[in-house]
Amino acid sequence: MPVQVPDLTPAVPQIYVLIMTCVTLLVSLFASKKHSAWTYILSQLTLLGAIVLTLLYFHHKSQVTFHGNMIVDHVSMLLTIFICAITFFVLLYSRDYIKQHKMPNTEYHVLVLFSTLGMMILVSSYSFVSIYVGLELFTLPLYALIALRRDSAVYSEAAMKYFVMGAIASGMLLYGLSMIYGATGSVQIAEVVKVISALPSSQHLIILFGLVFVIAGVAFKLGAVPFHMWVPDVYDGSPNTVTLMIATGPKIAAFGLVIRLLAETMPDVQLAWSHALMLIAVLSIGLGNIVAIVQSNIKRMLAYSSIAQMGYMLLGVIAGTANGYAAAMFYVLIYSLMSLAAFGLVAMLSRDGIDIQHIEDLRGLNERNPWLAFMMLIVMFSMAGIPPLAGFMAKIGVLEAVIAVGHVWLAAVALLFAIVGAYYYIRVVKVMYFDDPLQSTRIDLPTGDMRVALTVNGLSVLALGIFPGILMSLCQAAF
Amino acid sequence: MISLSAYLSVGAVLFGISLAGIMLNRKNLILILMCIELMLLAVNTNFIAFSHYLKNNTGEIFVFFILAVAAAETAIGLAILMVLFRRGKTIKVEKLNTLKG
Amino acid sequence: MLTNYFPILVFIAIGIAVGGGLIIFSRLIAPNKPNAEKLSPYECGFPAFEDARLPFDVRYYLVAILFILFDLETAFFVPWAVVLHKIGLYGFLSMMVFLLILVVGFIYEWKKGALEWE
Repeated sequence: MPVQVPDLTPAVPQIYVLIMTCVTLLVSLFASKKHSAWTYILSQLTLLGAIVLTLLYFHHKSQVTFHGNMIVDHVSMLLTIFICAITFFVLLYSRDYIKQHKMPNTEYHVLVLFSTLGMMILVSSYSFVSIYVGLELFTLPLYALIALRRDSAVYSEAAMKYFVMGAIASGMLLYGLSMIYGATGSVQIAEVVKVISALPSSQHLIILFGLVFVIAGVAFKLGAVPFHMWVPDVYDGSPNTVTLMIATGPKIAAFGLVIRLLAETMPDVQLAWSHALMLIAVLSIGLGNIVAIVQSNIKRMLAYSSIAQMGYMLLGVIAGTANGYAAAMFYVLIYSLMSLAAFGLVAMLSRDGIDIQHIEDLRGLNERNPWLAFMMLIVMFSMAGIPPLAGFMAKIGVLEAVIAVGHVWLAAVALLFAIVGAYYYIRVVKVMYFDDPLQSTRIDLPTGDMRVALTVNGLSVLALGIFPGILMSLCQAAF
Repeated sequence: MISLSAYLSVGAVLFGISLAGIMLNRKNLILILMCIELMLLAVNTNFIAFSHYLKNNTGEIFVFFILAVAAAETAIGLAILMVLFRRGKTIKVEKLNTLKG
Repeated sequence: MLTNYFPILVFIAIGIAVGGGLIIFSRLIAPNKPNAEKLSPYECGFPAFEDARLPFDVRYYLVAILFILFDLETAFFVPWAVVLHKIGLYGFLSMMVFLLILVVGFIYEWKKGALEWE
């Protein structure tokens, strides 16, 4: 009996990215040094094309294909578009940095594209196999990306740490998945859901056992307490553009992982995993915000802030309602936009032999370039959750969701730490606006398109705060 | 016939050994790579055992994917190790301490 | 339950008995008069040049890395070949796509000079 040919049309964006990545690799391999700009152009065309194809092939209903291994729905559509758009900005922001620091051009772009492909597969996967393959395809290139800059041992050390932690995380995740497979006899999410809901709750034990490992693996990937130790080291030890890459797209992909593995696969044991996530979220918010205060290194500070922000995002997932998931999704999309701008600025100002490492390096940025300082101000205020910026709307969304299911104490704790956290974001603003610059020469971004991109990026954080309606309703339509 | 629980115990013990190996080992990074590999093999044992007892071969196919990905993972691990060795002339775990703060 | 495995136990016991027995007997029976010359490592009659425990050349690692990759990817081919006549054109072509991606990787590695020893 010949195998039934699956419907390939929902997977067109992924197939396109795969083909284009191979083409990019081959073209830049055989092109001469003079034509190295083609690598960049082809990569950006790949990402833009993926966005267009995702929109073209989307039919406003869920489609399952590849024998139940892949799903295309509102969640995957929205996440894919954001992942591709953000990676587009990442490549744009990093163009000058990789030239300045002599990182291998071809490898950088191709690894970023492969990682993006992995994220796209992950957010639209519908079975444990595709989740695992997607997850590995998106993390493996990141390990290599960190070690790509060879001029100091710090980078390879960070790569090694990230590699070991990531490998433990996927080992844990797989162990949990093997237990769930054993209990349900299937790896396809649609089947697993059916079997779990048919099981009497007395037989949930093995599923709960597996669930513990799955949650540990997911928390590792999200970088949430108590599995957060790699986050600051990796953020700090990576080349600035790679930090930019790690801090943006993968957060969205990790959110996709949470939704697919917890919300969609195990709605029947929601109580169990939401309790575990509650602990993780409270610890992340607390520890992230408090430790960030004492950091003088801006990348470490933003790393701890990302731990805290992932905690806030989990609040929406804990609520377990459609509104909660939508709020969490809105939160993670906004967060990735904000960290794109913050790390983008850090990466683009790191030139002519200077790597921006410390908050002090931004002293008096307002006098040296008011517009850049203003963009950073928007982002910092937004991360702190000050109205009318997007970060405020995102925080309100998740807090509303947890209050709606009756966890008022959780919202109170989160709010308390948000006020604590505002301190270190505002300190960055203070350093930029009120401290005297060490040098008074004007600094600027390398090229015009980068200035435009950062402006679009920064203003989108402002715009989404004032008009959150469109993105919010898209998120709500997804669940 | 060996019971399912025996296989699962082997899997659990292997998993525990590998986790302990990663956490406790302060000497050699190659050992960590081996432990990571062992961890994935523990998972494979689980999958194969379940697959056999449930009489469905999905688990076996999953094992193929895990093996292939584990190979890629080890390759990347070894490559990073080589870069590290060329830079620092050592692969001792306790020397990986420049990142702090 | 474990009775099926009894022959294996017997096999292991005999293996240990034979292997260990030979060592013990030669120890007991053979004359044993060591001196410094006899115990020094043998290298074609010359004095030993250097310590045998040299670190590997880093290039072996490169070869090892490339070997692991291409070796395990081919694990997919065996089950595919067994059921090839059952899975039709679609099954055949999907494997060709897989192979094509591997070839792209191979071209990259060749062009980068990873296959050159010197």
